[in-house]
Amino acid sequence: MLELRGATVNYGNFSAVQQADISVEEGDIVVLLGANGAGKSTTFRAISGLVRLVSGEILFKGDSIDGKSPDKIVQMGIVQCAEDRKLFPQMSVEQNLMMGAYVHRKNKKQIRKSLEEVYELFPILYDKRTNFAHSLSGGQQQMLAIGRALMSKPKVMLLDEPSTGLAPLVVEQMFKSIQQINNNGTTILLAEQNAKVALSIATKGYVYENGSIAVEGKPKELFSNEKVRKAYLGA
Amino acid sequence: MRVILNKKMLIVSLIVLAILFPLFVPNQYYIHILTLAFIWTIAVYGLNLISGFTGYLSLAQAGFFAIGAYSLGLLTVKAGMSFWLAFILAPLITSIFGLLIGLVALRTKEHFFAIYTLCVGYIIYLVIDKWDRLTEGVRGLMGIPSPADIGPISFSTPLGQYYFVFVVLLLVIFLVYRIVNSLTGRSFIAIRNSEQLAQSLGISTMKNKLTSFVLSTFFAGVAGALYASFIRFIGPEISYTTVVFDLLTYMIVGGIGTLSGPLIGTLLIVWLSQNLQFLQDYRMLVFGPLLTMLIIFSPGGIVGSFHSWQLKRQERKRLNTGSLNN
Repeated sequence: MLELRGATVNYGNFSAVQQADISVEEGDIVVLLGANGAGKSTTFRAISGLVRLVSGEILFKGDSIDGKSPDKIVQMGIVQCAEDRKLFPQMSVEQNLMMGAYVHRKNKKQIRKSLEEVYELFPILYDKRTNFAHSLSGGQQQMLAIGRALMSKPKVMLLDEPSTGLAPLVVEQMFKSIQQINNNGTTILLAEQNAKVALSIATKGYVYENGSIAVEGKPKELFSNEKVRKAYLGA
Repeated sequence: MRVILNKKMLIVSLIVLAILFPLFVPNQYYIHILTLAFIWTIAVYGLNLISGFTGYLSLAQAGFFAIGAYSLGLLTVKAGMSFWLAFILAPLITSIFGLLIGLVALRTKEHFFAIYTLCVGYIIYLVIDKWDRLTEGVRGLMGIPSPADIGPISFSTPLGQYYFVFVVLLLVIFLVYRIVNSLTGRSFIAIRNSEQLAQSLGISTMKNKLTSFVLSTFFAGVAGALYASFIRFIGPEISYTTVVFDLLTYMIVGGIGTLSGPLIGTLLIVWLSQNLQFLQDYRMLVFGPLLTMLIIFSPGGIVGSFHSWQLKRQERKRLNTGSLNN
């Protein structure tokens, strides 16, 4: 469904991602593991069209999407839920969600439906729908960020470190919700440092090291990989 | 609910006050000053749309104001067009210039955008100043007609013009209110918040920035056309850089990115500078430090500070009732 072939991204002279090959099948939950600055977020930014590839290509359903503008890419069905739960703090919860449905702004019926779906997935957002986004707790903010991304009815959702700064119990809930979203038919590409939880729901994993992919495989293989165990699982 | 009622009452009483103002203050001079202040306010509303709500500081607003003024002036004086047709065309011409300049200018960001638009504003000034044959250059364009009468309604008296400008101002405020509270307005705010975030949600940022910029120039054009028909004489100095900084001051003092800021800021500064008339140009010695202090201690301006004070109070109330319930 989504495929990166030899994707390379530079920031000036600094090469952030080199020759990344990633393939995501429909219905997958694919996890990108790696330390800070390993190139996970840059990969996401490239898929979203926020940075251009220097070489290589990105294919979505067989067609190249490199060079397309970010809003076209969202329209095609790839949406990113960025790191740090970036919200619009002075807008209400519902207004934040509506911003996520921007590409469907002419289809009011569909927006209503998506809104109901998001509220069903995260009932707490319904209770707080008139509150300002900045008044939410960390976990709720993350739910809102994910919910907002879902409002664009994505086929593929890129989730950048959804567990950052959340309490373990909340993280567990979050991953349950992610699995739920996946079951509802959205393919998920997930960047995480919390390898244990991430791999537990994943169908496939890639490990980044200094901008290139060092290891890839099924969660089981990664769990048993000595290098991965040492670096990410603390065993 | 009570808050909404209060707000409605406040707006209605302000409108009534503005309508009755000329009856209480029969002094023509004050009516003249207030009419001018309303005209500047319209230009500031435009500036606030692109700079306050969208986060792109445009320093070409006086240039677009002048394009609006000169469009009306040239169409009526030199082309002999009827006033009302020229009055409709002037803001549209300004918007077309806005569209063309915006297409280039909006490829830059932040201070580069500010510098670029500052240059655009200065180029507009130079063109008006030097293109003698079209604009009469430094001599200025004279004999611009007042708004033509519509049936029994006459706009040639200062009072008639006051009400005319006031109605246009109300329309502009209403329009800006509708824009800001629409999805388009929220997209502007989203762009101000973080352009990358807006993009990654599928908002086409260029289209929205251009919409905001063109709207801002449209309002500048409306203000300019009103100015030309009110003063009936225009010179290149209306597009000069100092005018931009006047507009900027009005906006910042009132509250950048707020709905009532432009009105409050403009009226306050105009009123202040009238009262400090006796200081002549030394007035700036008062305004300079005041503005600097305001930017350091309360960058939200009057309205912005009021909003955050209100929010704080609500939060405290919420916390207090919360602790009582527990």
